Amino acid sequence: MKLKVNGKEELVDDGLTILGLLEKKGIKPMLVVVEHNFEVPERENWGNIKLAESDNLEIVKFIGGG
Amino acid sequence: MLDQNQVLRYSRQLILNEFGYEAQEKLLKSKVLVVGAGGLGSPVLYYLAAAGVGTLGVVDFDVVGISNLQRQVLHFTDDLGRKKVDSAEEKLKKVNPDVKIVKYPCRLNIDNIEEIIGEYDVVIDAVDNFPARFLISDCCYFMKKPLIEGASVGFDGILMTIIPGVTPCYRCLYPMPPQDGVVPTCSDTGIMGMITGTIGSLQALEAIKVITGIGETLSGRILTFDGLGLNFREIKWSKKKNCPLCGENPTVKELVEYEIKCKLKTFE
Ligand SMILES: [Zn+2]
Repeated sequence: MKLKVNGKEELVDDGLTILGLLEKKGIKPMLVVVEHNFEVPERENWGNIKLAESDNLEIVKFIGGG
Repeated sequence: MLDQNQVLRYSRQLILNEFGYEAQEKLLKSKVLVVGAGGLGSPVLYYLAAAGVGTLGVVDFDVVGISNLQRQVLHFTDDLGRKKVDSAEEKLKKVNPDVKIVKYPCRLNIDNIEEIIGEYDVVIDAVDNFPARFLISDCCYFMKKPLIEGASVGFDGILMTIIPGVTPCYRCLYPMPPQDGVVPTCSDTGIMGMITGTIGSLQALEAIKVITGIGETLSGRILTFDGLGLNFREIKWSKKKNCPLCGENPTVKELVEYEIKCKLKTFE
């Protein structure tokens, strides 16, 4: 299926979860927040949320420095 | 009324159709609190003083160290060991003697933050750590103060303009602080001066827009900046129904102070 991740189209396997996508991309889950179809789901549910065709994802890093 | 000197000093912004005399008068009457006089705070303070913000509050407990100078452009080599608020005040007064500077050489905490923020129209978050960011954003939400959130680390930056009651809040993006000890900060992973310079300049721009009402602020959007690939991205952002702060059943009902240890850089 096709997803939009941070504005770019990506092809991934069907049935992938948010957590699965992060793992596949080599992103440590605790370093980011994820916006899924313009909503911020609870971190605890990332492993249960199955992604669907043309879902929109934004992976935003924790940035706190200055 | 602007005097003749002010008409000359601010002439380049007075002749802008979108800015002009009225906006300048609003700016001269405004009071802005800048928390942090470091990498982000330096450009924020410099541009706001130069543009003619009437009163600038500067919060920073720290003294100038040599590793600060690569990005904290208000502080010079001669300032090493000086309080950042004193060093900042000296430069800002030289840039624009009209501006009133109020110094707070302390850390914000749950006991002093409300009194300090209460004095200002707009707050700019230019600190270097998450506990302070959550404290400031919660307090601005409770006190209904517009907050310009900017942060940077490495080559990355992020910007949000938060108007309580209108836009999503900081916790709509980051519901809770990152886990203890996992998130890198400037002191452990490094930062380029141009990144804090970019984000700080944008924070100052957002502040004058909030004050004067010109243009469209970033409210309701998040801007992320990747300096290495040179990409700006805009992320649509909405209020989170179950946001712990501004959601339907908030769990954060008073100020909280978090303790988060940063990840230490390990040299291999
Ligand atoms: Zn919220």
